[in-house]
Amino acid sequence: MDAVKQIFRREFASYFATPLALVFIVIFLAVCGAFTFYIGGFFERGQADLQPFFYFHPWLYLFLVPAISMRLWAEERKSGTLELLMTLPVTIAQAVLGKFLAAWAFCGLALALTFPLWLTVNYLGSPDNGVILTAYLGSFLMAGGFLAIGSCLSACTKNQVIAFILSVAVCFLFIVSGFPLVLDAFQSWAPQALVDGIASLSFLSHFDAISKGVIALRDVLYFVTVIAVWLVATAIVIDMKKAQ
Amino acid sequence: MIEIDHLTRYFGDFCAVDDLSFRVQPGEVLGFLGPNGAGKSTTMKMICGFLSPSSGTVRVCGHDVEREPLAAKRRIGYLPEGAPAYGEMSPWQFLSFAAELRGLKGEAKLKALAMAIARLELQEVLHQSIDTLSKGFKRRVGLAQAILHDPDVLILDEPTDGLDPNQKHQVRQLIKGLAADKLVIVSTHILEEVSAVCSRALIIARGRLVADGGPEQLEARSRYHNAVFLQLAREVDVDARLRALPGVAGLEGQGLQRLILARPGHALFDAVSALALKEGWPLLGMSVERGRLDDVFRTLTAEA
Repeated sequence: MDAVKQIFRREFASYFATPLALVFIVIFLAVCGAFTFYIGGFFERGQADLQPFFYFHPWLYLFLVPAISMRLWAEERKSGTLELLMTLPVTIAQAVLGKFLAAWAFCGLALALTFPLWLTVNYLGSPDNGVILTAYLGSFLMAGGFLAIGSCLSACTKNQVIAFILSVAVCFLFIVSGFPLVLDAFQSWAPQALVDGIASLSFLSHFDAISKGVIALRDVLYFVTVIAVWLVATAIVIDMKKAQ
Repeated sequence: MIEIDHLTRYFGDFCAVDDLSFRVQPGEVLGFLGPNGAGKSTTMKMICGFLSPSSGTVRVCGHDVEREPLAAKRRIGYLPEGAPAYGEMSPWQFLSFAAELRGLKGEAKLKALAMAIARLELQEVLHQSIDTLSKGFKRRVGLAQAILHDPDVLILDEPTDGLDPNQKHQVRQLIKGLAADKLVIVSTHILEEVSAVCSRALIIARGRLVADGGPEQLEARSRYHNAVFLQLAREVDVDARLRALPGVAGLEGQGLQRLILARPGHALFDAVSALALKEGWPLLGMSVERGRLDDVFRTLTAEA
């Protein structure tokens, strides 16, 4: 556990050693604001809640989270520090977990910095703060899911651009798997159980429920499982591709 | 102590390391020689537990690297080829990170850092980012990371590659200074390095062990071993008389210089000097060659 902590600290600090952290947070906050007020119609709706804010999170994460995750392993591989890290007395699991948690904490920080919106809505009316808290939790869990996917795809390559594009593509599939766009491709030939299975993989449907204030164990478990599965896959990929 | 048994590694169909077996004892500085692509780095990566062998075993201080990787890794200090480091960190942050992952804390960590920093003379660059350092300093940061936890086993992959002559000298001094109580494996393709720092040399070619011995033993396999070098003041006809000496295998050179090659087991110096005296040759200098490692290296790695 100590090793996880050290790796977490190094990784987390590394975001702030370059302009990456600043650029990411500024863009994230600006886009969040723009979506909420202009596209989401925060004021026009006349309701004291943050629905228009959370509604766009899956789409925001689709591009912003892979920008964080793309460097997780691709950079280590490219600069050769993977060899250094793997010959220090740490296990692959510790390294995967430490780096993932650092990236997740960073996303959490960016998310937390949207608190002025929460202040605003509380100033303007009396929203159900329980729902808002739940939605934040859901959003954080979803960011974790995107990150875990990105972590695995980043481990597959030395090239950060490839890691980014692959992550966006896979994350997109996870978002739209509940949409006709994907389901229609299966509807005609696959058994209904499979179609339902694919539909239930969608980030959107699970996030939707949480963001409306309904914490079902099912939805939380779903994101935790997605994270766990993709992190295990990350460890396997790293172990298999160490030589390259 | 390192015990390597029948170590083999394939990359697809390509056999990078082919049934390698050897032992290294504490106190030895083992030079790992071979042309580029001979399997030096692959072998070192397997010793350090970065790559898994296709077959065979590596044991470091009694720990099987595959079965007890953490125990083995704790005993090893490793400088990977090119000394990779996190570029955005400063040497102090980087070394501190490595020390903490090695389980050093508080006083012990500060002492270890101070020792490594002093030994590699890193004080002046301690707080600038590693990305901005010169190649020599980067290499020294990598070396500091390797010796930080006072490991029993040091594995250095081309530690002097790309350094200037002064820096090379420094690194060699450091290795010599460390060697007393440690086991050091240094890979290189610079042959002077072997004579300079190693107590034993292994030559590998195409993944196979082709020679194993002290630098003198390897030099003795050279055709120049015990050859006598003559420097003449003016041109005289010496060839016929030299060739007639017993034990002479051949002559090289022309004009004012001659290299008289000896047959194995023959020492020619006395015979040649007696002959020169008798004939009254105008000698400027005369010396015995120990043998040339590069010559041995070429012969061994080309025929393998």
